Amino acid sequence: MKFPISVTLNGRPYRREVEPRQLLVHLIRDLGGVTGTKIGCDTSQCGACTVLLDGVAIKSCTALAVQADGTSITTIEGLAGDGQLHPLQEAFWNKHGLQCGYCTPGMILAAHELLRTNPQPSDDQIRHGLEGNMCRCTGYQNIIRAVREAAAAMRRKG
Amino acid sequence: MYAPEFDYYRAGSVSEAAGLLRKYPGSKLLAGGQSLIPLLKLRLAAPVAVIDIGRIRDLKGITVKGGTIRVGAMTTHAELAASSELAEQCHALAQAAAGIGDPAVRNRGTIGGNVAHADPASDLPAVLVALEAKLTVEGPDGKRTLDAGGFFQGMMTTALKEHEILTAIEIPAHSKGQGSAYAKFAHPASRYAVIGVAAVVTTSGGKCSAARVAIGGMVPRPVRAASVERVLAGQELSAENIAKAAGQVTESLGNEVLGDIFASEQYRRSVAPVWVKRGLTQAAERAR
Ligand SMILES: Cc1cc2nc3c(=O)[nH]c(=O)nc-3n(C[C@H](O)[C@H](O)[C@H](O)COP(=O)(O)OP(=O)(O)OC[C@H]3O[C@@H](n4cnc5c(N)ncnc54)[C@H](O)[C@@H]3O)c2cc1C
Ligand code: FES
Ligand code: FES
Repeated sequence: MKFPISVTLNGRPYRREVEPRQLLVHLIRDLGGVTGTKIGCDTSQCGACTVLLDGVAIKSCTALAVQADGTSITTIEGLAGDGQLHPLQEAFWNKHGLQCGYCTPGMILAAHELLRTNPQPSDDQIRHGLEGNMCRCTGYQNIIRAVREAAAAMRRKG
Repeated sequence: MYAPEFDYYRAGSVSEAAGLLRKYPGSKLLAGGQSLIPLLKLRLAAPVAVIDIGRIRDLKGITVKGGTIRVGAMTTHAELAASSELAEQCHALAQAAAGIGDPAVRNRGTIGGNVAHADPASDLPAVLVALEAKLTVEGPDGKRTLDAGGFFQGMMTTALKEHEILTAIEIPAHSKGQGSAYAKFAHPASRYAVIGVAAVVTTSGGKCSAARVAIGGMVPRPVRAASVERVLAGQELSAENIAKAAGQVTESLGNEVLGDIFASEQYRRSVAPVWVKRGLTQAAERAR
């Protein structure tokens, strides 16, 4: 069986016929060369596959493509607007919030989710907000600093 | 990982979902997918068809009417955690939901899926048992309402019949002098409950008139800790009395305490009183 779906990915509309078992993360990576979204554990533990579905963070390895029918998906590629990095991207860069970068797309979108629900998090709340995302390189300290800086920058921007 | 092939149907209403369940024997309901999709990917489940109930509006949301809180089965853990109604009138449920997995899991996973799945390490079954919730299910023979205590029958086993759908959960809102809490010894990696304690206490005149305690995580299905409840009834909720009551919990656990590579049966039995004490202490504070 194939099931017809339509999604908007980073502002661009797509129509596809997909197998019901196709995972959302595979749909996203196969749609049009948008491969910033990573597959790490493939078991909903690591958060590398985190994307925004209608603005809300989910793990795309644990969602079916058919469930995303009619939604608007934002991946790391869709976060920057008009050649301007998003404050979170800027802050991860400035604060060295990444090393190999494999966890980074998911980490930034998880941080986006945290700041959506809590624009002024304490360090403790940042740690808890990112508990679904793993990083094997940085030791997390610089990630916490980056999210703290991005939160401040986003509040200044309003 | 690729799931085995299955067909996909999207239900627009509960009756349509019930019809699809009957039409495609061997099919499975899909709510938030946070338990079912991992099972499909591991090929531990291979349904003929998956019936998506995720877009049925009637199944969503929290309403409070006449002292009863009604939670639709498709309400997500994130919605439970953010609900001001629950924070005021049913704290244990909001608190337990806020501690499930991580934010992305809470954005997808639902209360209905959590309790229908009935994983012993899940948080919400014990909470619903302590809250004396009632579960409404709909199937080919119409509607029926089940007590949470009778709904959970064993490990991953509930009273749901093959073609039934859990539609709503009803919980008595806390009255004045009542408070509840959920204390969890969370597995450090998955956040699932190694030990979960849901406590509801009712106070009057500075004393505990009734206490309800349910234990999850360490037993195949949630159990009421009558041995703890008995000791507290009629007593002042002092630290000493709470500790004394919590110490009685092992008596209610039966002989099926779970153990694994992370926490053995004996270890869980030994630390259970600590978690019961924490749950009761917090519930007592909220009851003031
Ligand atoms: C990384 C991770 C961490 C987690 N940590 C925790 C945790 O700490 N604590 C915890 O409690 N849980 C945890 N979970 C499980 C999570 O709570 C799931 O959301 C929940 O168990 C399933 O809900 P769902 O809506 O995703 O259901 P689904 O996965 O869609 O369905 C689960 C099962 O229930 C059935 N079902 C679903 N809805 C209904 C219904 N309305 N009527 C009848 N049957 C139905 C389905 O057919 C399926 O068999 C975790 C999950 C993940 C992936
Ligand atoms: S790849 Fe999805 S959580 Fe790890
Ligand atoms: S930067 Fe390498 S995993 Fe996080």
